[in-house]
Amino acid sequence: MKSGWIAAAALALAALQAEAQQTVNMPIVIELSGAGAVSGTNFRDGAVLAIDEINAKGGILGRKISAPQSDTQSNPGVSRAQVQRAIDSNPYVILGPVFSGSVKVNMILAQQAEVPQITGAEAADITQAGNPYIFRTSFGQQMSMPKIANYIRDGLKAKTVSVLWVNNDFGKGGRDTFVKEMAARGIKVLADLSTESGQVDFAADVVKVKGANADAIFVYTNEEESARFLREARKQGIKTPLIGETTLLGQKVIELAGEAANGVRGHVGLTVDAPIPAVQGFRERFFKRFNYLPDHNGLKGYTGVYAVKHATERIGKFDRRLLAKTMHGLTIKPEQEPGILMEATWDDKGDIDRISFLAEVVDGKQKIVQILPKLGK
Amino acid sequence: MADFLQLLVAGLATGGIYALAAIGFVLLWQTSQTINFAQGEFVMVPAFFVLAAMKLGGVSFPAAMLIGLVVSLLVLGLLFKRLVVDPVLRHGVLPLVISTIALAIFLKEAVKEFYAADAQPFPAAWATTNLAIGSAVVSAQNLVIIAVAVVAVGLLQYFLNATRTGRRMQATAQNPGLARILGIPVEHMILYTFLINAALVALASFLVSPIYLAKFTNGETLGLVAFVAAIVGGFNQVRGAIVGGLLLGVIDNFVAAYLSAQYRAAIPLFLLIVVILVRPQGLVGRAEERTV
Repeated sequence: MKSGWIAAAALALAALQAEAQQTVNMPIVIELSGAGAVSGTNFRDGAVLAIDEINAKGGILGRKISAPQSDTQSNPGVSRAQVQRAIDSNPYVILGPVFSGSVKVNMILAQQAEVPQITGAEAADITQAGNPYIFRTSFGQQMSMPKIANYIRDGLKAKTVSVLWVNNDFGKGGRDTFVKEMAARGIKVLADLSTESGQVDFAADVVKVKGANADAIFVYTNEEESARFLREARKQGIKTPLIGETTLLGQKVIELAGEAANGVRGHVGLTVDAPIPAVQGFRERFFKRFNYLPDHNGLKGYTGVYAVKHATERIGKFDRRLLAKTMHGLTIKPEQEPGILMEATWDDKGDIDRISFLAEVVDGKQKIVQILPKLGK
Repeated sequence: MADFLQLLVAGLATGGIYALAAIGFVLLWQTSQTINFAQGEFVMVPAFFVLAAMKLGGVSFPAAMLIGLVVSLLVLGLLFKRLVVDPVLRHGVLPLVISTIALAIFLKEAVKEFYAADAQPFPAAWATTNLAIGSAVVSAQNLVIIAVAVVAVGLLQYFLNATRTGRRMQATAQNPGLARILGIPVEHMILYTFLINAALVALASFLVSPIYLAKFTNGETLGLVAFVAAIVGGFNQVRGAIVGGLLLGVIDNFVAAYLSAQYRAAIPLFLLIVVILVRPQGLVGRAEERTV
């Protein structure tokens, strides 16, 4: 009887090992609750869509992707513990998180374990720390802020600007880069206001930026705070152009802010409203699957998974170190890998370069007014 | 001057919402010695009753608000009293306080689990136009919030002071033993208080959610500030809760604009300490003496 149990356990273990060999482990460590829930849920769903598509076609090099999910609760400390847990499961890559503050404290763990990490974070300094295992899925602030600054100078002809930013790693990094770019173009910052992550009442902040009477107001907060700010700005009748990045013009912000989002302008690195057939196709598939329209984070998760697939198929085996090495300097074109949607290039630091867009919210929809070329072109 | 006026109106609107929640604190304490630390979550939940009615029931927004109000009366009034307060209160105030803290966590996690972890848009039941007063632009939304809060408080005061049931409720609050001897159905009076509290938090929820957006974390700050407002104004007086709520709303806005946005969350607590040290009965509260 005893030997029977041992045989059964051995068979079960062998079956588990066989299954593990047939799958590739790509844990998703992401913000599913807390202040980053909007961003994280979009990133997660984009990644899940890509994984399901790839698995339906046989997986990567014949192995299907297994992607267990864990919630960072938008908390850097929790994210570090979740990344450590993911590393303990011997992952091929780690997908996420999106919040810069979380990535800053957990990417060292992935680096030490030599696990490539595909992040949605945008703080400028993440890719400046010499970590060869970190890869962005969207522009870092050092890439996007010059484009916004050029638009404020050339498009709006603004001489003065007010800045309202969220006091976390994402907001602080963006604010510092933006102010530097403004100084380089001779544009004066009249008001420089920090707000808190998760802040709900923006009445006083709107009064202050309004009182500064600048030619434009640059808003750099996370999605939910952006929507609350826009609602308050609308309440107080602000007429000054409101300029921002993707976190001010994203689909979720438009949904939350309603008509208060109309007229907002800015630069978007990624958008499902891009006039590109492949992106439109992604938008439709995503909506069909999840019953909501994705924001830029959905595109980050989706293209991140396809980037890993393409690079792995290029090297022909599952080798984490070789994957990281291959992705530095890699350019993926949609003809080679349709899931990448738009041509993308990663530099030696893990920063991504691709086309981007100037957009405006008109009648509750994001309208692309100009396509900006890759910086490397 | 324009900034001052705008900040004052915005502060009074915020304060009106704090006051509605703070009144609930006072009413429950006065009639049943219940300190409800889930009061913030009670303000958060009704918005989700409305959203769920619209999403799952496909009903219009006004009908959903009515459903939200009725469900709030049942869940946050009747069931709260019967399932949480009645069984626990007989063991003392402290177990009840702990129970309401647990209830707050339960409500937050339930909304997160069964509805959404991210913020949800909540429609406004009124126009979002602005009024120009001199060089100041005042939001009609804020004026509506102030007006609704004032009317609600006025009706409550009228009910408590000018109706037979209201006076019986006051008698119950002042001396439940004597009220019972005089033939007042004390249990019914206490239940009415819970129902009034449920109606007030539902109203606060419908007013605040179009601005704050509906999110499971909304109750965290609201609950704390409303509790502090009740103590600052005077925990044994409804008018104390009104004064405390309005004061905190206005101070919060002025501090954020003219002193520091970073320290605005600390101001209510600072005010609380000052009031406890200088005037422990609250700004308009009555001193109560107890002897052994």
